[in-house]
Amino acid sequence: MDKQYIIGVIVSNVAGVLSRVSGMFTRRSFNIDSLTVGETESSEFSRITIAFHGDDDIKDRIIRQLDKLHDVKEVEVLDRNETVIRELLLIKVRNTPETRQDIMTAVEIFRSKIVDYSPSSLTIELTGETSKIDAFIELVKPYGIMEMCRTGVVAVERGERCLKTVK
Amino acid sequence: MEISGAKIVVETLIEQGCSTVFGYPGGQIINIFDELYLCRDRIKHVLTAHEQGASHAADGYARATGKVGVVIATSGPGATNLVTGIATAYLDSVPMVAITGNVPCSLIGRDSFQEVDIVGVTMPVTKHNFIVKDVSRLADTLRMAFKIAKSGRPGPVLVDIPKDVQTAKCEFTPESQPVVPYPVNFASEDKLKKAAEIINSCERPYIYFGGGIIAGKASDELVSFAEKIDAPMGCSLMGLSAVSSDNKHFLGMQGMHGHYASSIAEDEADLVIALGARFSDRATGDKNRFSKNFRIIHIDIDNAELDKNIPAYLAVQGDVKDALERLTSMVEEKKHESWSARIDELRAEEEKRVESARSGRELDPFAIVDIVSEYEKDANIVTDVGQHQMWTAQRYPLKKPRTFLTSGGLGTMGFGMGAAIGAAEATGRRSILFTGDGSFGMNLNELATSVTQKTPLTVVIMNNGVLGMVRQWQTLFFDKHYSNTTLDGRMTDFVKLAEAFGAKGTRVFTKDELRKAVQESFEYDGTFVIDCAVDCDEFVLPMLPPGGSIDDIITEIK
Repeated sequence: MDKQYIIGVIVSNVAGVLSRVSGMFTRRSFNIDSLTVGETESSEFSRITIAFHGDDDIKDRIIRQLDKLHDVKEVEVLDRNETVIRELLLIKVRNTPETRQDIMTAVEIFRSKIVDYSPSSLTIELTGETSKIDAFIELVKPYGIMEMCRTGVVAVERGERCLKTVK
Repeated sequence: MEISGAKIVVETLIEQGCSTVFGYPGGQIINIFDELYLCRDRIKHVLTAHEQGASHAADGYARATGKVGVVIATSGPGATNLVTGIATAYLDSVPMVAITGNVPCSLIGRDSFQEVDIVGVTMPVTKHNFIVKDVSRLADTLRMAFKIAKSGRPGPVLVDIPKDVQTAKCEFTPESQPVVPYPVNFASEDKLKKAAEIINSCERPYIYFGGGIIAGKASDELVSFAEKIDAPMGCSLMGLSAVSSDNKHFLGMQGMHGHYASSIAEDEADLVIALGARFSDRATGDKNRFSKNFRIIHIDIDNAELDKNIPAYLAVQGDVKDALERLTSMVEEKKHESWSARIDELRAEEEKRVESARSGRELDPFAIVDIVSEYEKDANIVTDVGQHQMWTAQRYPLKKPRTFLTSGGLGTMGFGMGAAIGAAEATGRRSILFTGDGSFGMNLNELATSVTQKTPLTVVIMNNGVLGMVRQWQTLFFDKHYSNTTLDGRMTDFVKLAEAFGAKGTRVFTKDELRKAVQESFEYDGTFVIDCAVDCDEFVLPMLPPGGSIDDIITEIK
């Protein structure tokens, strides 16, 4: 059965590593929902968080193919129930006297914040799980989205559980 | 002492045990060639006619010995000409290190003359690749390239070296030993126990093995295992030569053009034990209809191959030699009498079908293979790709591992000349190249190389004036629309062509002429081309139609 998986991947922090990882997905016809990458506490390693849809079989094949890449040091499927998952959204919506109050209310209810204000536009920052981000976008759509940008998910497991490579 | 990057490259190659490398010079690799010149008494460089030929030669060198093959080329077109050779090695898990020059670091990314991003280009067809931008990292990067190439499931690694890194100087200390591969994974005891239980309780076991048996040096263990559990064996194209063709349990290659007996036996088995094989579509046919009757135990060193193409009942990651050794000690000794009787029946049926499908022409393909094998002693048997490849794979009696060199996964026409030269260089033995007029036409320029090197080489061209394998498909599936597969307008005289290159050649029409030519070629210490006249409507049989299964097997074309 198709569902979304989120995996944490520790890779060597070297040039070309992102091409190798994303290239593997393209070459093997696996689809990526989102991919984020950033340095870890050790500059030797980067951490890539990949969200993708597929069945159990596809998930296993992706893990095994990733494991084969020389620059990939660790791969783990993150258990949704035991993981903090967040995405960041920056969204610029049309600012008019008629809609301003409604937008402000939405911002408050979603515990997001306005990070830029101009007479004609409002830029809002929101973090949360993907579903929350989706809901917020739907909500402000009628007011006129000028542009938006979302990061894709980052995720860490709760409690003591960690990816082990970076020590 | 500080030495140049170029010298570090050559010293590291020598340190890693390379006695022969293959390649072609050019502007951005000239410094390394200068060092090869200075070190010519310690390392041999074979100049080919084209970089593709050099990459296949390095591949042939590696296939014939198990050592890492090395190819060196310049930037840009030199590097891109290697790509087919690298991909060929990648698909067949051949250990190779490809070294390319590149424009100086300051010119990278500016579309400089002969600049190409070869690391980007080869990313999907290498195990790993590197660009070295700091001379102090050069020696260790090359060592790592060798390590990766020969570890686990072998494969090609490319190292791209910009010109300024070749000229920069750095301290260099040679290592006393070549790098050792990463430690292998051993199969889990529990899984092997489970495998043994399944094997003990089955009635009709069948072993399907691949090139992993050769790469994993597990031929003897495989033979003892098959003997103990009394199982027939078939193999993929890449598995050929792992087991002697006359082994009593061996039924030959299976799959699209495999032996009738092995393909049917696999279908009737209640257990398939897959060893160092990857269930390629050519070996299995239609996935959905495959494996309907039997359970599969799959043992492979590459975890990513398990459950990739065909889901296994029991998938075991591990070194196949070790796994077979342990598994053989765990299983009960068996005799499967009715199954063996059925196998004998299939063999007899196969013999009948093969004989009745033969055209009966004077020089039919099997007659050519039989005659060459009668005279041949201890040669490297090499093929190109197409009908001649399948005829040779089906028929040639092979005795020892690494004596059959063919492009299996990628199916690279033009592979043969380079590979034959590389194998002869590596082993000091004669290479016999079975090729077709189509395949030979792709890289026949390498005759220049074999003549220069005085390579003991017999080239047997099965010359039918057509691109026979595609023509066979056109006959069967495209209403005989022979679109672009008829070569009779070419008028190539392969005898004159051989002579023009400084080789010998002869054209043969009969068995007697062929016998004479083969003998003559074996006595000649150089390249000898035998142009065999073959009819354009000789077919490769049996055939499982693409996407078809065993029920669709074609053993006769009227």
